[in-house]
Amino acid sequence: MKKELIRPYGDTHNDGRMQLSFSLPVHADEYGKEAARLLLKQMGFDDIEVCGVRDLNEGFAQFIVYATTAAAVDPKQIKVKIVETEVMDMDTTDEYIAEHLGREITVVGACIESDAHTVGIDAIMNMKGYNHRYGLERYQYINAINLGAQVPSEELLRRAREEKADAVLVSQVVTQKNIHIKNLTKLIELAEAEGLRDSMLFICGGPRISHELAIELGYDAGFGTGSYSTDVASFIAITLAERKAKR
Amino acid sequence: MLKLNLHPKTVERAREAATQICKSFDWLFNDYSSLAIERTVLRLMGIDGATEDGKPLPNLIVDKLREDKLIERGAAYWIANAMASTGKCAQEVADLIASGELDPGQIPAQSPDKVFQILSEVSDKTMAHIKAQRVHRAAQFAKYGPRRKPAIYVIVATGNIYEDVKQARAAAREGADIIAVIRSTAQSLLDYVPYGATTVGFGGTYATQENFRIMRAALDEVSEQEKRYISLTNYASGLCMPEIAAMGALERLDLMLNDAMYGILFRDINPKRTLLDQYFSRMINAYAGIEIQTGEDNYLTTSDAIEKAYTVTASQLLNEQFALLSGVKPEKMGLGHAYEINPEIENSFSYELAHALLTRTLFPDAPIKYMPPTKFASGNIFKTHLMDAMFNFIGQLTGQGVQLLGMMTEAIHTPHIADRSLAIENAMYLFNAVKNLGDELCLAEDSFINARANTVLQEAAEFLERVEREGLFAAMAKGEFADIKRPENGGKGLDGVFRKSPDYYNPFLEKMKVELELS
Repeated sequence: MKKELIRPYGDTHNDGRMQLSFSLPVHADEYGKEAARLLLKQMGFDDIEVCGVRDLNEGFAQFIVYATTAAAVDPKQIKVKIVETEVMDMDTTDEYIAEHLGREITVVGACIESDAHTVGIDAIMNMKGYNHRYGLERYQYINAINLGAQVPSEELLRRAREEKADAVLVSQVVTQKNIHIKNLTKLIELAEAEGLRDSMLFICGGPRISHELAIELGYDAGFGTGSYSTDVASFIAITLAERKAKR
Repeated sequence: MLKLNLHPKTVERAREAATQICKSFDWLFNDYSSLAIERTVLRLMGIDGATEDGKPLPNLIVDKLREDKLIERGAAYWIANAMASTGKCAQEVADLIASGELDPGQIPAQSPDKVFQILSEVSDKTMAHIKAQRVHRAAQFAKYGPRRKPAIYVIVATGNIYEDVKQARAAAREGADIIAVIRSTAQSLLDYVPYGATTVGFGGTYATQENFRIMRAALDEVSEQEKRYISLTNYASGLCMPEIAAMGALERLDLMLNDAMYGILFRDINPKRTLLDQYFSRMINAYAGIEIQTGEDNYLTTSDAIEKAYTVTASQLLNEQFALLSGVKPEKMGLGHAYEINPEIENSFSYELAHALLTRTLFPDAPIKYMPPTKFASGNIFKTHLMDAMFNFIGQLTGQGVQLLGMMTEAIHTPHIADRSLAIENAMYLFNAVKNLGDELCLAEDSFINARANTVLQEAAEFLERVEREGLFAAMAKGEFADIKRPENGGKGLDGVFRKSPDYYNPFLEKMKVELELS
């Protein structure tokens, strides 16, 4: 059943052609090109065509390469964790909350610890929203509290407890040296220590965050690049309703 | 030539309102000082270094003076009095205070003439050094020729100053005119400046005096080899605005980010603290011949770039008037704006062109700082690279002063070495390809671009007049700026603001005022 395998497609079925680009601490000459070729050879590539070499100065060069891989992926081996709740627009979500929960829900959000970049949390929470989707503040049945940037984990949890939050949103934009993992872990560990973990939903988001990573870190959901307020609001509403129904 | 027809009356109205708003802060600038300003005075007197646990000596001394209720007279007096009594220099006095061997409050008052003479000598010496840096910079530009326009501005941000040096040198050789070392993400909220060379930071590298020195030396070397003066910039923002401005003046940085209101709106620093700190920090920038750059791009990353375009114009006018009060000349005012309109919008390029021309026309002498697309940059690096090209097109077409190059990996990580190189290649291609195109084109008489620019100007004028009626602090408290509410007595750093006593003295402030013809 070899034809079921997934291989890169350049211009012919299963040709395995891939485009690669990377830099090496070598000069932009024949010696450097050979270094690039040997590197790709070691990675299992064939038909390696170094089509572009750019001198980056100071002894660095960038390579643009097309090469063929024999690697293939068996679809049966693909397992991903994705947020599976349905995505509803703002009005539908408001109606859904009114019908299934019968009260306003409270969401407290922040960009925690050293991270000063509010662009993510603002896109989800601020009235204005992002790309034609209003933020949570605009929802009739959501009491959205955006604490902004550089909020210590302790402070976020204190507010969440005070406000009897239904959900906590955490944004992490800066990911250098995996600082986002450290920060997210700190928050969830504190939440557990304070006995808050199971009394509210914990959701994280950011350009390098996936649902799978979020689950691994102990969160209820994670939203990466391309997520909107509608994704987050729907997840919160539906998950809270499901939990209520179970009780 | 590509030229707007702005309604002159509206320009006048907007500028007049901004002037009145900024002039209403005399009470603050004349009667108050801050702990950051006093730490700056100590740094300018030659006090540097830190304790073993990392507390900088300027912080240690200022905190002690405050605890002992002496700070109202200004830190300068107490150090000079101790110098007069002990015959030691400022650094030696500082070291003795740090080790607990000297208590400045316990030293008997020395003759006022002697103290004043010491203050005069110490401040003259530092000011002569700063002036020499200014003269050296001017000589370099005279020798190698003026900066390209738009200048190519790129960032380095590895967290490690030595790694930054490699990338900065590579970028300079490829054509960068200005290197910015982005600061570690949390630094704006530190109420002290870290000490020494640093190799760990997040999303950037700490601004320290030693890091400034290391990068300046590396760029001086490349400047000589490339026969082009490479400028260096950093950020005089956050809770240490004037301290970082002083470090930049001492180590010959050439530009510094210095926005009058950024800290208040986007970092929740207290309004009084921020305005006070920007007043003195910009005076230091002005005396050092450093070009300031303002952060209007932030209004557009938090709000819609078409709907809130007028907030950029309003902020530019306020930044201009605050800068004038600190002695900054128009040709050193890098007022900011940005290319942040949703690329899906029809004719988005025409809107961008209108906004870019508006800024250039309102501030003809200012080296305008033009910021790249960030909000709509995505993981699709190919699309982002294309948007950056359109941004570069406008930069050259409208003659912006400084083009802060967009990186195709903007939405992913701090730039890799090749990302930066491709950004420079992109800019060089566009700048060269449309070099003189602006001279060949003109706008249709009923052009959308002209109408749009006038609309934004009109909205800015109305907004500024409303702020003038309400007062700047009241308007900020109501959330009139960037939809963020900032009460006058809220935010970080208010406890570091104090009322000066009648015998307060800051020799640098007084002398710079004279040199900059402000008194």
